[in-house]
Amino acid sequence: MKKLKQVQLDDNQKKENMINIKYFGAIAEVTNCSSENIKKSSSSLNDIIQEIYSKYDLKHIPLKFALNQKIIETTEGIDVNINDEIAVLPPFAGG
Amino acid sequence: MNRYSRQKKLHQIGDAGQEKLKNARVLVIGAGGLGCAVLPYLASAGIGTLGIIDGDKVEETNLHRQVLYTERSLKAFKVEEARDRLEAMNSSVEIEIYREFLNDRNAYEIISAYDLVVDATDSISIRYLINDACVIAGKAFVYASVFKFEGQVSVFNYRNGPTYRCLFGGKGQAVQNCEEAGVMGTTVGLIGMLQANEVIKIITGTGEPLSGKLLVYDTLKNNQHIFSFKKNKQLKIDEEFFRDHYQKEDLPEITPAEALKSKHILVDVRELHEMPQIELNNLVRLPLSELEENIHLLNKKDEIRLFCQSGIRSLKALKILKNKGFQNLKSIRGGAREISKILNDEKEEEYIH
Repeated sequence: MKKLKQVQLDDNQKKENMINIKYFGAIAEVTNCSSENIKKSSSSLNDIIQEIYSKYDLKHIPLKFALNQKIIETTEGIDVNINDEIAVLPPFAGG
Repeated sequence: MNRYSRQKKLHQIGDAGQEKLKNARVLVIGAGGLGCAVLPYLASAGIGTLGIIDGDKVEETNLHRQVLYTERSLKAFKVEEARDRLEAMNSSVEIEIYREFLNDRNAYEIISAYDLVVDATDSISIRYLINDACVIAGKAFVYASVFKFEGQVSVFNYRNGPTYRCLFGGKGQAVQNCEEAGVMGTTVGLIGMLQANEVIKIITGTGEPLSGKLLVYDTLKNNQHIFSFKKNKQLKIDEEFFRDHYQKEDLPEITPAEALKSKHILVDVRELHEMPQIELNNLVRLPLSELEENIHLLNKKDEIRLFCQSGIRSLKALKILKNKGFQNLKSIRGGAREISKILNDEKEEEYIH
């Protein structure tokens, strides 16, 4: 019983330090997933996006970012909180 | 007339809404996958005048998704086939066809003649042209685009609202279209239907158009996400901007900085031993001396930026490619020396976007 509680606590702690990243279009192909939770390593959105860029080598794709469903013009000077959702949006071309 | 009785029964449409549909003039740019989904529903709903512009002919590889066309349509102009089908569906709709592609010379004039524009193209550079011409002409446009099983839909320049440039900023060319990426007919059908629905909403004043909102639909998971975005007030798109921007397209040369900003294919036409060596992901080396025999390595649909050491051989290469039917060509002024200067300056700077 005691052990179980401990495990739950760990899970909660983990969740508390996570942010959700959603990938769309060609980006989801590069990342091989449409959504993932990553550890919040910094409170700066810029740092986190930098981390995603280097993790998946996204430099060559023009991208837009949304924080909690709001598309942002610049990633500079924006803070990220736990449980925030970042969306990585490329333009589409097909029709 | 009983024809529209079921939709007029909806109090949001009614006689007044039907009248608005009848008086509306809607231009559909592109009669491909999205266009084939949008057009029959707009015609059936009783849009008074439908303009269709597309310079393409029907190909066999279109038939799985461009459902207005039959096997007998092969090799015929899409706009003519589409017109015949739509007239058979609803003879009261006036169909105006343009057997050409939208370009910087005809865009403003054609768009000005309509109330509302539907962007059903598969080219990002044409999307910018549509955007800018719509802003100057004061028309809203309903955008949709597809990548594999996903689609994006939005309404731009609606009552002076945000535009495509507010959403995606400068030109981003490193994006695959249907031909390159592959697509299901059902995906363009679904996304085109959302687009047609926005058109009817805007004309009849029903519901909330996707202005300042980007809808992203994943047809595999049936997930919908809506992202909001704001008007970029620093952007100024006016006639002067349009003239400067699109007249420039006619010049064969661009600056190295411009060429490096975009992700077009860069073609180095110098001989392989020439210095400085330039390495970029989007760079291809095709020495001028062997260009003609290697021409098959280039895709006519790509935007191609040529450079040599100083900018003279690249203009020669441009002429060769132009004679072979390539259209999206520019030569980079100042050539490799200027390019490597910029790259060296940038090397230190690690930046996002």
